[in-house]
Amino acid sequence: MAKYIIPGYSEDGIDRRGFLKCMAWAGTGAFCVIKGGVLKSYGLSQVARYAAVAGKGDLSFVQISDSHIGFNKPANTDVTATLQEAVAKINALPTPPAFVLHTGDLTHLSKPEEFDTLDQVLKSVKTSRIFYVPGEHDVLNDDGKQYLERFGKGARGGGWYSFDQKGVHFIGLVNVLNLKAGGLGTLGQEQLEWLEKDVEGLKSSTPIIVFAHIPLWAVYPEWGWGTDDSAQALSYLKRFGSVSVLNGHIHQVMQKVEGNVTFHTAMSTAFPQPQPGTAPSPGPLKVPAEKLRGLLGISDVNYLQGKHALAIIDSPLQG
Amino acid sequence: MRDLLTFSSVALAAMLLLVFGLSAATYRRPAAGPPEDLNDKYRVTIDNFSFTPASLTVPAGTTVTWVNRDDVPHTVVSTEKKFKSPVLDTDEQFSYKFTDPGAYEYFCSIHPKMTGKVVVQ
Repeated sequence: MAKYIIPGYSEDGIDRRGFLKCMAWAGTGAFCVIKGGVLKSYGLSQVARYAAVAGKGDLSFVQISDSHIGFNKPANTDVTATLQEAVAKINALPTPPAFVLHTGDLTHLSKPEEFDTLDQVLKSVKTSRIFYVPGEHDVLNDDGKQYLERFGKGARGGGWYSFDQKGVHFIGLVNVLNLKAGGLGTLGQEQLEWLEKDVEGLKSSTPIIVFAHIPLWAVYPEWGWGTDDSAQALSYLKRFGSVSVLNGHIHQVMQKVEGNVTFHTAMSTAFPQPQPGTAPSPGPLKVPAEKLRGLLGISDVNYLQGKHALAIIDSPLQG
Repeated sequence: MRDLLTFSSVALAAMLLLVFGLSAATYRRPAAGPPEDLNDKYRVTIDNFSFTPASLTVPAGTTVTWVNRDDVPHTVVSTEKKFKSPVLDTDEQFSYKFTDPGAYEYFCSIHPKMTGKVVVQ
């Protein structure tokens, strides 16, 4: 790890300085902990202390995103190799993840052979199951038919579903279908109605983890980094004490806390994209070869029962 | 035997000429489509997630060609479902002939923030 967050948090309050540092360095291996909706940043020297106090957590899973199998442009000419490195990183975790979430853009061009390669590489992940949601690159040409047949079996509508693990309610949403001219990501009426019903019977103390490809908060609408009807979806989750939203799409780590909701985006395993507004477009960012693996990686997520805590460790492939 | 040899030589020479001539013709032939100047005039390029020009005015009967010069795939889809390109990877292009006057708005169905317009007079 090249960079550290300087410890500067208090036990009970929100530490704004630490939070901003966490935002800035999350991509290089920061350790961010969310307790009761409050995000805290820890210096890496304190990770051991935190782990000793809290244990590894009751539920440990990994998020990967944006594999873009088939992409072969200068930003990364071997995305299969970097996905394999991400798999090696998952398999080297001290606690094997209960499952893996892939938050979309499995492929670059929705080609059958790209889905084949993705499937083959992920077969070697040491975990019980991989859950997927599609990215816009997985539903080209056929509105996601191929994706649904191979990776969304049993899901509703365009590929949305929910499941429960250790008392946590997980919801996989699809916001990459039927996009409208001039707009952002879209969930659509059918999915919103399903979501409202899906959480209806749950106790407000149930921790909720939502995952979807395009961010469900306005990261940077100018680049299409947001979802038009996400506010409607989040309104159904208002009564819950702890809501975490995990997204991909923007190929970099970002976090935001808004009331009871914590938003987090993961790195890509394929290529980085520029920070909002720092380039003419959100196209693939070409960095020096030795820097690439410091900008790609996985997110290791730990949930601690009863404490409403979610700890996310973003680990680059290298550095 | 001598006749056969002669015939073979002639045939070989003819074949060589044919192959060489064909490849030379292929090499010289310009890209399919309208002549260069027309092609440029009615071409929309896709760079940095935008259509350039964003609005293009053409006479009725014009074939407009879109070329994707980005590192990521894009599409050209009519907002009113009048035309729809396949997914265009880097350097791939799509052409559509506009026969009727009117304003045709379109967007990229993968990155819907990208919009453009063709006005047919």
